[in-house]
This record gives sequence, structure tokens and C-alpha cells, in this order.
Amino acid sequence: MLFRAEVTVRLKSGILDPEATTIRKALQHLGYDCHSIKQAAVYELEFRADSSDNAIDLATKMSQQLLANPIIHDYEIKLINGKAGS
Amino acid sequence: MKIAIIQFGGSNCDLDVYKALNTLGVTPQLVWYKETLGDFDGVVIPGGFSYGDYLRAGAIAARTEIMQSVREMASDGKPVLGICNGAQILSESQLVPGTFTLNEYPKFVCKWVRLRKISTCLFVKHVQELIDIPIAHKEGRYVAPPEQLQELYENEQIVFKYVDAAGSTTLAANPNGSIDNIAGIANLDKNVLAMMPHPERASDRLLGSTDGRAIFQSMIEYIAAL
Repeated sequence: MLFRAEVTVRLKSGILDPEATTIRKALQHLGYDCHSIKQAAVYELEFRADSSDNAIDLATKMSQQLLANPIIHDYEIKLINGKAGS
Repeated sequence: MKIAIIQFGGSNCDLDVYKALNTLGVTPQLVWYKETLGDFDGVVIPGGFSYGDYLRAGAIAARTEIMQSVREMASDGKPVLGICNGAQILSESQLVPGTFTLNEYPKFVCKWVRLRKISTCLFVKHVQELIDIPIAHKEGRYVAPPEQLQELYENEQIVFKYVDAAGSTTLAANPNGSIDNIAGIANLDKNVLAMMPHPERASDRLLGSTDGRAIFQSMIEYIAAL
């Protein structure tokens, strides 16, 4: 069965994000009173799995093994639906 | 003496490391990452931009099969040296603690820096207390959780720190925002060294400094004495 999962990888709180700081300053230059900004990477995965549980399990493994660096990142997995592309 | 230099797609300091080792009388072997890493006494993972730094610098190279062989060499106590992108690959492989991420001022920084030798390991036996050496990276900011940082000090795993001309670890001497000015870090057994600065680029008088040569010399001497 094809599954689609969305993995969001973001920096753990307390880890400096210089890119976000630069973006926040740019927003301030544009006149927006933006105090904080956080950015994250979203990976949309399509893969085969036996069940939803199995799909979450596989997405977790992919996140732990490659997509996120546990020292600086947290990740979140969302299963979009049972059938990719629908 | 058999020293391997691993080449990934995007490695670009491989031949510089080759030359630095060769000048010291060793003929290293360049090993393409898809080849099998044979029986070597030591290995160097050179700098560059493996896999275009996609995902995170060093992340994809760290998950290649050849790194499993490097892991085995490391656990056998053999010297493993990672320079710049090689250091990022070693941290992504969890062969050294902590990780290297985007510089505090998020741009590529390429300049000469001064380092202080903080603790001893096989790679720094002949290295002076203060050395001048170039850096060239965008993702060199060393990050480690506070409790781990404490352990690094207790276990004397911090090998190099960025310092100013007088040898002090000042904020101004920190080129990338690394925690505590850390430039190089070793594993617990001290046979794996990950460093952002480039010793191979400070291995010839014509390059402006020969301070980096002592790192290769120390590694070679250690292997020769085994």
C-alpha cells in the first residue's frame, strides 16, 4: 500500500538559527514588528508499507537515520493519507 | 605504512592531503567511496562538499557503506582524521560527539586563524601550543548539549580552540560561533579527530605556514611505532 508522510524537521529550542535571525531582521527592515521566527524543513515522503503503523514506523526510522540530526533537531511525522497521490 | 584518503563525489582537498602526507615520506592510497576500504593503518577524510552539502554538510556521506569500514577502523583504535567536510562527516557518523552546523554569521568564511592545542591525542604530539592554519567553511559552528560539553572537558576531548594573536579564547577570535571556540574534537578513545581547520593547507612554506604538517607527522609517527 502506498503511503504519504510529511516529516517536519526543526531545530530544537535553544539552538541558534542564524538564517532565521537574518530573515527576522529583514522583516523588521520592512516595518513588521516580528520578534521571533522559526524555520523548518518539510519532507514529503511516498513509500510502501503494510499498514499505517508500519508506515509511521518506517517514517520514524527514515527521520532518525537521515533526515534529522538528533543533536540539534526535533522531528514530527504526519501521515497524510493511506494512498499516495489521491 | 598504509594510509587511505577517502574520496567522495565533491571531495576537493584529497590531493592536498595526499601531497602533505607524501612530503613526509608516505604514499597514501586514494580510495573512491564505492570501493572497499581494505586493510589500512589509518584513514583521512578530506575536505570538500560531499553530495553538495545537501540535507546537512556531511550527512549523506556519513551514511555510505565505506563509513561502516571507517567505523570499524575507529573501534580497532586506528587513527581516523576528518578535516573540514571530513569533520562534518565524522560528526554526522557520530564517531565524535556533537555536531557542526551553520556559522553564527551565516556565510562562508575563508581565512587564517590561530589555534591553541587544548588536550593531547596521537594527532597532536608534535603540534605546538599555538598554530596558524586556514579555515574555509560555512557549517563549522560546533554545537554540543551542555551536559555533553562538560563531559568533553572532563575527558579531555577538546583538541583545538580558536584563539586570538595572544592565544586567548576571545569572542572576536571565534570565526563561526562555535561553543567555547571549539575547532577540533576527539572521540573518547582519542584515535578519531574531527577538525574544521585545514592542516594540509598549512603544510608547505609556500602556503604561508607549515604548522599543520605536525598533525600528519604525529599521525605517521604513531602508526610507525605500532
